[in-house]
Amino acid sequence: MSDVTETTGSTASASGDGGDVRLRGIGKTYGDFTAVHPLDLTVPEGSFFALLGASGCGKTTTLRMIAGLEEPSTGSVHLGEQDVTRLPPYKRPVNTVFQSYALFPHLDVFENVAFGLRRRGVRSVKNQVRDMLDLVQLGEHARRKPHQLSGGQQQRVAVARALINHPKVLLLDEPLGALDLKLRRRMQLELKRIQTEVGITFIHVTHDQEEAMTMADTVAVMNAGRVEQLGAPADLYENPATTFVANFLGTSNLIEAEVASTAGGEILVDTRGGRLGVPAGRCSAPSGTGARLLVGVRPEKTVLALADEAGRIPDGRNRVTGVIAEASFLGVSTQYLVDGPAGRGLAVYAQNVDRDPRLVPGAEVVVHWDRAHTFALDAAQDIEAGVERVEPATAGKDGRAERAERAERAERAEREEKAGKDGQTERAEQAGKAEDAWTADGAAKEAAG
Amino acid sequence: MAPLTWFRRHLVVIFGLLTLGYLLLPNVVVTVFSFNDPAGRFNYAWNEFSTDAWSRPCGVDGLCASLALSLQLALWSTLAATVLGTMTAFALARYRFRARGAVNSLIFLPMAMPEVVMAASLLTLFLNMGARLGFWTVLIAHIMFCLSFVVTAVKARVMSMDPRLEQAAQDLYAGPAQTFLRVTLPIAWPGIAAGALLAFALSFDDFIITNFTAGSTVTFPMYVWGSAQRGTPVQINVVGTAMFLVAVLVVVVSMAVGNGRKRMKA
Repeated sequence: MSDVTETTGSTASASGDGGDVRLRGIGKTYGDFTAVHPLDLTVPEGSFFALLGASGCGKTTTLRMIAGLEEPSTGSVHLGEQDVTRLPPYKRPVNTVFQSYALFPHLDVFENVAFGLRRRGVRSVKNQVRDMLDLVQLGEHARRKPHQLSGGQQQRVAVARALINHPKVLLLDEPLGALDLKLRRRMQLELKRIQTEVGITFIHVTHDQEEAMTMADTVAVMNAGRVEQLGAPADLYENPATTFVANFLGTSNLIEAEVASTAGGEILVDTRGGRLGVPAGRCSAPSGTGARLLVGVRPEKTVLALADEAGRIPDGRNRVTGVIAEASFLGVSTQYLVDGPAGRGLAVYAQNVDRDPRLVPGAEVVVHWDRAHTFALDAAQDIEAGVERVEPATAGKDGRAERAERAERAERAEREEKAGKDGQTERAEQAGKAEDAWTADGAAKEAAG
Repeated sequence: MAPLTWFRRHLVVIFGLLTLGYLLLPNVVVTVFSFNDPAGRFNYAWNEFSTDAWSRPCGVDGLCASLALSLQLALWSTLAATVLGTMTAFALARYRFRARGAVNSLIFLPMAMPEVVMAASLLTLFLNMGARLGFWTVLIAHIMFCLSFVVTAVKARVMSMDPRLEQAAQDLYAGPAQTFLRVTLPIAWPGIAAGALLAFALSFDDFIITNFTAGSTVTFPMYVWGSAQRGTPVQINVVGTAMFLVAVLVVVVSMAVGNGRKRMKA
């Protein structure tokens, strides 16, 4: 969505609250390259806000402009009533948890956490640091050096080091990027718990859509330096406004269609696979007769029926015909890919309640779903936007695992690139190695508690 | 078969010891002969055990004066080269500026060039400028070639430093000066220390460049060289042995301190 004011329209909170973060027309260009197109954002005080996007979409740059580590080319940053646009980072009431943590290697855990307090001239830091280390469950590691800690522990030191200053806003730059999947899940819940406990505004940058949806109250999906859509996770998932959001958040079946008629709050569209109905309220594009749309539905909302039993499908449901191209049994569910006149590779996720043994590749089927679950997007967009390419060999896997894997791959590449740049390979490796130990440690603690 | 297996298993240790012996043998000779009471003027053949030289280290004309001069030169050139070199290294590692590549290779040049060539051209330069050869010309020359080594050592350290560490410091309310003192300097410190030690050693025992630029001033290496023509006093061995012991002591102490710190933290 290129119209910036429209995206803000949906977020503009009750104006001028005490601690809101307000970005006004903030943008960043490097020479000819525009990293962030001027954007407006308001993050309400005390909320958990996620900036979600693929690497290079401008989310980290946006974060760094709030931190003051990057000077915006245009626009302003307000924290509550204070304009901090021209303030250096050390004068902003904002703290950051950096990607790969950036713990001071020459200081122990205690001194790392005390750093901010000492710089502000706080005299007795001992009790505060103690309390903070207890909050992140690192009390007994106070005198260790960062390199003696596991990745998960380092991550918690980084959070403690930032939080102890009671910032107005805590910025998290892919803080869980270096952790393995299992540990990442734990830390997501941990961060959410801490946020609820301290009530500070969190702005979290991530490329992991599940992470964003699990943790954040509000998610802003960014793409190519713009905010594509902004809203609560469920809202984004159910009502994507662009093909990018539809494909980047989970999986969507998008079918090319043309509006045939509009009547009674419902739009009827013609596709190559027949006529479908879309609730008018779920169409984010102009829907005059003849307008071109992309009709979408999430795979888990669709049902598969054999073609010769199509008569049993209740009337009033959207249906498209096709042939099963692939079926992958995943235990809890089965994922089918259906090729038909409406489109190729329509995904259907079926819970394994009563498995019909006749639903195998080659079977002629009807895919049907409730019209209310249908959404429609402007067809003047790339239908593939936000689709993460998958090798044919892995196409059958569960979407979740697949995405996680892809995310991990992207992340590894990113990390390696960074590592090469900063000569941090060793550290990344260390972090990787230490994880297992920590998971075990955490599990033991869990058992004990 | 058994001896062969034993040999194979301990190959690394054996070669390690041989190499160490090869490296340390000259030092052993110097130390042993510092306790000699030579028959003639040359301390090349073992005659009789004596601690005479150790009890009168300054017992030879000019030796202690030259030693003091060398130490002074080494101290000042280390100080100047370390300060200048550290700043240069930061500039080269952190900033992109015009002629950065040229500066980079110019810094490398003194290490690559034969010392004689550099010494000769320095002499030419000093003479053309009408400078009086002596302490200052030697100091300038020493600072110049020490600079390269300091820059190289510090630059490697600065380049491998995560720039996010300084950003993190700034994010945690440290202004530019605080960031430098509390984060940048402590992290770059090992590189700076290595550069400084290297500079001190290079300056202290430099002969060729010093010989060209010193005029009538005599540093310790020049004194040793000069006396080798007339006769070698045992005191030279004493000074050599003392230097060696000081160096070993510094290494041992720093290692002990490092280990102690590590153990305390763990």
